[in-house]
Amino acid sequence: MAQHDASLSQEEIKKANVKKIWTVAGILALVTTIEFILAFAWPDGMDRTMLNILFILLTLVKAFYIVAEFMHLKHEVKSLMWAVILPMAFLGWLLVALWKEGQEIVDAILAIFA
Amino acid sequence: MSSTATLAKTSAQNIWGGGKEPMKASYGKLMMWFFLLSDAFTFSAFLIAYGVVRFMHPAYEGSFDAFQFATSSEDLYWPIPEKVFNAFPFMHGIDMPLVFVGLMTFILILSSVTMVLAVEAGHRKSQKEVEKWMLWTVIGGIVFLGCQAWEWSHFIAGSDEGVIRDGLQIFGANLLENQYGPQLFADFFFFITGFHGLHVFSGVILNIVIFYNVVMGTYEKRGHYEMVEKVGLYWHFVDLVWVFVFTFFYLV
Repeated sequence: MAQHDASLSQEEIKKANVKKIWTVAGILALVTTIEFILAFAWPDGMDRTMLNILFILLTLVKAFYIVAEFMHLKHEVKSLMWAVILPMAFLGWLLVALWKEGQEIVDAILAIFA
Repeated sequence: MSSTATLAKTSAQNIWGGGKEPMKASYGKLMMWFFLLSDAFTFSAFLIAYGVVRFMHPAYEGSFDAFQFATSSEDLYWPIPEKVFNAFPFMHGIDMPLVFVGLMTFILILSSVTMVLAVEAGHRKSQKEVEKWMLWTVIGGIVFLGCQAWEWSHFIAGSDEGVIRDGLQIFGANLLENQYGPQLFADFFFFITGFHGLHVFSGVILNIVIFYNVVMGTYEKRGHYEMVEKVGLYWHFVDLVWVFVFTFFYLV
């Protein structure tokens, strides 16, 4: 876990670590609850684009806490961290590519079958 | 690079020369990270494909409260997820949108928490505590799988009234027909949640193996509990994927 003063006893280290873990768990639970409330409180007929953006942002917040704290990536060596994070850029490309091409695919399907 | 490496042979420059751990992580842990990276690509491809297919179908236009499943194959619009997943065990006929998946999300997050607690106890070589937290993690995983089985059976069986589409009454969804809307919606549901469920299932098996080894004192003899950490990474990843599935399949 995180770096600790050598003077701390086993019991104190445990207390500090466990407190950190439950704090992160609390944040995850809180964010999920917010998502839940948003899903129901959003007024009928109001534009849902904003809501969906909020959902995605909150999801990224949760993903950050799981990867950074639970999977401990934030406390790993920088080269390991980037070796895992940087390849994710390919996903950005896949998303953009399919987003852009999606409409073309629809048009092609309509042109062939309709 | 090769020419400079031969010129200066200080230890800092030879950190990648072998015999060291430049990323301060063991081989097993590194490989787990890179496996998870590849798995993340697989799941992302599924979810992005889901998004593309959803955009290829007409969206439901109209009031949220008045939503009903598409009744004509001429206008087969994509369903609103919270109108599909609105049942809860032992609460038949009561509209509880997303409550059950919300509960499943909490269960999986909690089992992730018990997993970190097991890893933390492993750092202190506290065998008894690792045992306790691993057992809770296994239980959390099994409960989640049970919930998913219920969710699937409800999805397959469908609602009481079903839907009358083109004069035919349809109940529930399978790979041939889908009460809730376009066929691909059901296909993606089975595929994405099924693939995630398979990961949870493998995770539970791995966790049971680890639990067994902890109880047998294997890691006590080995002197470290790194295996708990490695399987822990996998288990957190399963939770991470569910966070995304929850958003993109159930919320959006």
